[in-house]
Amino acid sequence: MLYREAGDFKTSYVADSQTFPIRFDRIRYYLVVAIAFGIVPFLINDYWANAVFVPFLIYAIAAIGLNILTGYCGQVSLGTGGFMAVGAYACYKLMTAMPDVPFVIHVLLAGFVTAGVGVLFGLPSLRIKGFYLAVATLAAQFFLVWLFNKVPWFYNYSASGQITAPERTMLGVAVTGASTPAWAKYLFCLLILFALAWLARNLTRGSVGRRWMAIRDMDIAAEIIGVNPLTAKLSAFAVSSFYIGIAGALFFSVYLGAVEVGEAFGIQKSFLVLFMIIIGGLGSIFGSFAGAAFLVLLPVLLKNILVGQFGWATDLAAHIELMIVGGLIIIFLIVEPHGLNQLWRTAKEKLRLWPFPH
Amino acid sequence: MKTMLAALAAATMLMTGMPASADLIVPNLSYRTGPYAPGGIPYADGFNDYFTLLNQRDGGIGGEKVVIRECETAYNTEKGVECYEATKGGGALVYNPLSTGITYQLIPKATADGIPMYTPGYGRTSAANGKVFEWIFNYPSNYWDAASVAIRHLLDQNKGDLKGKKIALVYHNSAYGKEPIRTLTELSKKHGFNLVQVPVDHPGQEQKSQWLQIRREKPDYVVMWGWGVMNAVAIQEAANINYPMENFIGVWWSGSENDVLPAGSGANGYKSLAMHGTGMDYPVYKDIKTHVLDAGKASGAGDQVGSVLYSRGMYAALVISEAIRKAQAITGKSAITAADLRQGFEQLEITEARMAELGLPKFGQPFKASCADHGGPGAALIQQWDASSKKWNLVTDFIAPDDEVLTPLIMEDSAAYAKENNIAARCQ
Repeated sequence: MLYREAGDFKTSYVADSQTFPIRFDRIRYYLVVAIAFGIVPFLINDYWANAVFVPFLIYAIAAIGLNILTGYCGQVSLGTGGFMAVGAYACYKLMTAMPDVPFVIHVLLAGFVTAGVGVLFGLPSLRIKGFYLAVATLAAQFFLVWLFNKVPWFYNYSASGQITAPERTMLGVAVTGASTPAWAKYLFCLLILFALAWLARNLTRGSVGRRWMAIRDMDIAAEIIGVNPLTAKLSAFAVSSFYIGIAGALFFSVYLGAVEVGEAFGIQKSFLVLFMIIIGGLGSIFGSFAGAAFLVLLPVLLKNILVGQFGWATDLAAHIELMIVGGLIIIFLIVEPHGLNQLWRTAKEKLRLWPFPH
Repeated sequence: MKTMLAALAAATMLMTGMPASADLIVPNLSYRTGPYAPGGIPYADGFNDYFTLLNQRDGGIGGEKVVIRECETAYNTEKGVECYEATKGGGALVYNPLSTGITYQLIPKATADGIPMYTPGYGRTSAANGKVFEWIFNYPSNYWDAASVAIRHLLDQNKGDLKGKKIALVYHNSAYGKEPIRTLTELSKKHGFNLVQVPVDHPGQEQKSQWLQIRREKPDYVVMWGWGVMNAVAIQEAANINYPMENFIGVWWSGSENDVLPAGSGANGYKSLAMHGTGMDYPVYKDIKTHVLDAGKASGAGDQVGSVLYSRGMYAALVISEAIRKAQAITGKSAITAADLRQGFEQLEITEARMAELGLPKFGQPFKASCADHGGPGAALIQQWDASSKKWNLVTDFIAPDDEVLTPLIMEDSAAYAKENNIAARCQ
């Protein structure tokens, strides 16, 4: 059928070890990239950018980041919201302190700052595991939010304690601020997501990723075969926080434009991203995309159906929406605990064997 | 994966298709769910019901029906942005999100899109300076007015002298709650009182340590900037430590029935600011009963009529409808645009005679907007809770704020905003 391997011959090691070894997969990937870069920017409007695509792209970055730490390296973290806040505030301080530096550099620097903070809070992971580590990262979450609320230097002493993104341009087009065109927001986030997802995919396929996975699967065995747990765990914390910091910076500057730390980066944000990777599938890049799409798009879709189509009362729709999304999460976890990614993989396997299953 | 998304997206696009119409479209970014729903529900009901009344009784405004597009934000900025984007395409005339966070979010967006925002008694205080904030209106009163009025009231009670007194500010630890700090700090310098800041984190259900601090500090007065469940908890906690209720003053967002009823008789004597009168003793309620409630067209459950926040939602709707009328008079057409409505807001004048005509005599203060003044006079009343009759009583007349302190603050803050965003001042 579609996933036919017959006739798909590999004659070199490079060809054999590529990311998408099946030709159909490869073509599909190029097609998706072409649509995302070549078609969507021409069709997108403000609603699609601000309500659907930009949040999806940004949450996908955050989900990849958390997936590296939790999915690939096995270190449970509940500090995602706090680390996103670090990215957002670092980006804000950099934007206001150095207005002439290109914005994309601020975003990357915000990522590096968050990587540093992440390593700091990752230090306990060398001694503690599982639930205990989750509690340590939870402390990071509460501490960071408290810090950004408490110290006026972080929000430049503004009266309300909010941070607001000033207008910054890339190649003459605004990417932050109110007058940003929808396509610029979308493309900016998409480019960063594309680069980061590509990097993550290759990191996890290489020796660094194998070390993470060895630690995840059994840390003592990993140590015996020569993996240094110190560098493996801390590198996972650094890379993961780098991604999450970039997601936080984009969330603040490109998507919302102004944030209040308690409201935007509270504990519920940590849970949201954690749910994304659990539903999408731990230890998979595709799962991060799928999980982000599930939790960002489904509520919007339900709202549009229930209120926009059926004309239900907004509060009734909001409650039903919570019940449907919650119910689906439970059903997913019972039926397929390995997430959407596993469903996709199973479907793929079945298609490859069809019509002759064994 | 992304192709799947695109298909999903296309499906949604079909579903959100906006019908084109010549009606006056007023979005209502309300919240009837989440921790702030007790405040959001009555406000949204009052807002909707007033427009329903105009549609039912007068056939709309100037012959045009008002269409409310309600969208649930749950007081959450991300959902607020989604709601804004979903409704702005359909010819939305004005936004009134009843959330300081969402207001901050939408100020630059609405300005860029050319849609006025009306934020009575909340939002960004310095938007009162119309020279910088062309599209934002927050008359008749704002946060800094409120802080100043509260202190004026205390001055009145202390023969004009607050030297050496200790005043605690219990505030919601967010943009909203932090708004009065700058004003109160200035006022503490001017009048020589001691300001103690006591933040309460969202949503405010847990305040034991804060009230322990108040018991230790023994402030002469407590001023509160709370919203939602935080108010009721604070009043209950104050009653628990036997804090004298008449020395406890809430802002107008901390002065509804929902806030005091849970504390029972303990809340007796609690004071709060009020932007407007309250209760059912206004002629407009007769019309609302006939045309809205009895006609079965009430918004929500219809059980909020006459409560403080219902009155406030109704008042906001009234000001918007008056601005629409003004815009229709200026442009000479009934189907106005958002840009026309901005002019209506800017040239709006509401007199006491007009309020009486609308069935709300002595309800709110008269005000007149101008190009530079989007903030109104800023006076407010003090109301006090009578637990035995379960009623708010107005105990003062309108108290004017201390403009000598406020005007420089507003100028400073709006100038900073103008500089950050490269805005040139309009109208000299």
